[in-house]
Amino acid sequence: MATKTKKMVQWNPTDIKEDMLKKYPPKVARKRAKQILINEAQESGTPEITANVRTIPGIITMRGCTYAGCKGVILGPTRDIVNITHGPIGCGFYSWLTRRNQTDASGEGDENYMPYCFSTDMEDKDIIFGGEKKLEAAIQEAYDLFHPKSIAVFATCPVGLIGDDIHAVAKKMKDKLGDCNVFAFSCEGYKGVSQSAGHHIANNQIFRHVVGENDEPKEGKYKINLLGEYNIGGDGFEIDRILNKCGITNLATFSGNSTYDQFASCHQADLNAVMCHRSINYVADMLETKFGIPWVKVNFIGAESTAKSLRKIARYFGDKELVDRVEEVIAEEMPAVVAVREDVLPRTTGKTAMLFVGGSRAHHYQDLFGEMGMKTLSAGYEFAHRDDYEGRHVLPNLKVDADSRNIEEIEVEADPERFNPRKSEAELKALEEDGYEFKEYDGIIPDMENGSLVIDDLNQYEAEKLVEMLKPDIFCAGIKEKFSIQKLGVPMKQLHSYDSGGPYAGFRGAVNFYREIDRLVNSRVWGYLKAPWQENPELSATYVWE
Amino acid sequence: MRKVAIYGKGGIGKSTTTQNTVAGLVEMDRKVMVVGCDPKADSTRLLLGGLAQKSVLDTLREEGEDVELEDIRKGGFGGTWCVESGGPEPGVGCAGRGIITSINMLESLGAYEESEGLDYAFYDVLGDVVCGGFAMPIRDGKAEEIYIVCSGEMMAMYAANNICKGIMKYAQSGNVRLGGLICNSRNVDNEREMIEELARKIGTQMIYFVPRDNDVQRAEINRQTVIEWKPDAPQADHYRNLAKAIDENEMFVIPSPLEIEELEQLLLDFGLLAA
Repeated sequence: MATKTKKMVQWNPTDIKEDMLKKYPPKVARKRAKQILINEAQESGTPEITANVRTIPGIITMRGCTYAGCKGVILGPTRDIVNITHGPIGCGFYSWLTRRNQTDASGEGDENYMPYCFSTDMEDKDIIFGGEKKLEAAIQEAYDLFHPKSIAVFATCPVGLIGDDIHAVAKKMKDKLGDCNVFAFSCEGYKGVSQSAGHHIANNQIFRHVVGENDEPKEGKYKINLLGEYNIGGDGFEIDRILNKCGITNLATFSGNSTYDQFASCHQADLNAVMCHRSINYVADMLETKFGIPWVKVNFIGAESTAKSLRKIARYFGDKELVDRVEEVIAEEMPAVVAVREDVLPRTTGKTAMLFVGGSRAHHYQDLFGEMGMKTLSAGYEFAHRDDYEGRHVLPNLKVDADSRNIEEIEVEADPERFNPRKSEAELKALEEDGYEFKEYDGIIPDMENGSLVIDDLNQYEAEKLVEMLKPDIFCAGIKEKFSIQKLGVPMKQLHSYDSGGPYAGFRGAVNFYREIDRLVNSRVWGYLKAPWQENPELSATYVWE
Repeated sequence: MRKVAIYGKGGIGKSTTTQNTVAGLVEMDRKVMVVGCDPKADSTRLLLGGLAQKSVLDTLREEGEDVELEDIRKGGFGGTWCVESGGPEPGVGCAGRGIITSINMLESLGAYEESEGLDYAFYDVLGDVVCGGFAMPIRDGKAEEIYIVCSGEMMAMYAANNICKGIMKYAQSGNVRLGGLICNSRNVDNEREMIEELARKIGTQMIYFVPRDNDVQRAEINRQTVIEWKPDAPQADHYRNLAKAIDENEMFVIPSPLEIEELEQLLLDFGLLAA
């Protein structure tokens, strides 16, 4: 044989881990070993993983930068805020509509600036002489052109290096314009360990500058906010459809299909439902402290998970009318889902998957694969922290390092006028005694099989190594991994932007996903990836070192 | 053409020494271009008879990319060419990046071409080597010989030693060498001996000892170099001698900077000697 790669039939996770680390210099191997965990039950709960630490230089990481997390992920899906990238043109251009966030601006007078790309286009002379004047002019120009409610400014790396005071410029312009809320984000790309730092910076500023700005009463019997849902491929539309059908009013989604006014009036909701724990759990905490809104973890990825989450929301409100309505909706939606599932199950059962994406997606999507009878061999996050792996019980023991200290923590107090506990102590206690979990997330590890590999901040080398050894039937990650994985003969599904598919959330989303994955894992095209002479060479040789 | 950069602690007299020395070289019929690398743009005041120069970066900002060599260099005393890099206001932007831009601009406009007939290009650089931009003149062979202006004061020697670290870094990968220390006297005890010893320890020479003389300040008030203002003053001769020493210098070394303890000890030894 020309190559030494062989598929392991009976593999042992310890050997796999060892093999992945073999090529590294000892110091790198030691560091990476702490981020590669073999999932096994331990007496003291889940095993410990290292996460949210700097990627070792030289490693081709799957992570993004802080600016990407702030501008692209969190503020990207909000349609009526003009987002100005203060920096060289590339940062603005390459973060322009790349996440396939959808938005519905079909209402009367709806504004939508998402199709635009705003940048100050800093040049050499702006770096030398400072870019504050140019930024001021850009804000004015955007205001004159569109008269938006709000303008947000995002710092790129050079802005941090030369020290442009973007917050002072934003304040000055806000005062000058009068009817436009201008605020800025110090989200320089180099600032954190990963895009997670950018999420935090974004959410902090939204909380500080927008949340609670609109006290005009919002109608709705069961009012919630959906936190950490970004409406990729229309996920948010499907979730909203289901919530509406149940009679639940979603005041604000953070931040899929969102508007300025949604953020500004979100403090009127009675419950916060958190999807992506990583990117937004601290906002849920702040909303609870300041306004008295409790939060629960939900997951609308997977039909069963959707049903479970709906029931959880209904149970919180404790209203028979809502509980019954939710059951009706589930009963109405499920048959169509089950029909497709029954169809694909014979073809998908026993297939295997790997997921390395996001700070929650690698966990949530395991539910969908589970519904299809598929097994997750290995999974991990790009930018999650330890609590997303091991559960929130590790929070008090998290080490605060220099990188996390770099990201501001907002101190929040109860709002003197608007703080209003939505449930009394007794009500909360009664629910909890009945097994209802508030502000709880157990992480990805407990839900994964014994002996599976949980890997933080997977990189290109390790990804290829894993695929070579374990030959999964499908690999899920982002665009950077797409083609390197497919070249190995394994179908690859992007779970950041969904390739061109979606929605995958909710009931209809589950149907889409079943069909898509069935199509991918059962396609015969991957079998033709090797040329005949690669399969059966007339001549074969080995390298001298083999 | 010899490309010379002058470094030293802020306020030590780099610009004054550079211009007075250049005046001395001019008297020896050398063709010299002085490039001021300080955002304050005051490195060519004595040669031009005032701050009459429009900086490279200002020109670039106002005229765009379409800049001619004649827009940014001006003829000064004795046929010298004077250029000021310029830069942002204090506290904004990036002055280091500005210096990189203006030196590149000079190059692309052909200021260093053979046809210009230059014998010397002098870079007068702001203070310490604070960031990559201020090291620009010693990178990529922009300047090949460095002189450090210092005095017998602790901070001036400390800065000189620090600059040597910067030179060492670039010397190992390029052609830049240290030509010597110029002692611009502050009338410190044992100053000459101390700087000679510092130079020896770093592996270089004290190329000249410029005594303190108020004629320098008097000439400055008149916006002139000493040589122009009072050609027969004793201080004018000192600058002529310094110019000659640089013109004839053949000692170019990769410096070996001292550890801080060593530097402190040096000061202690010579300071105590006087007491």
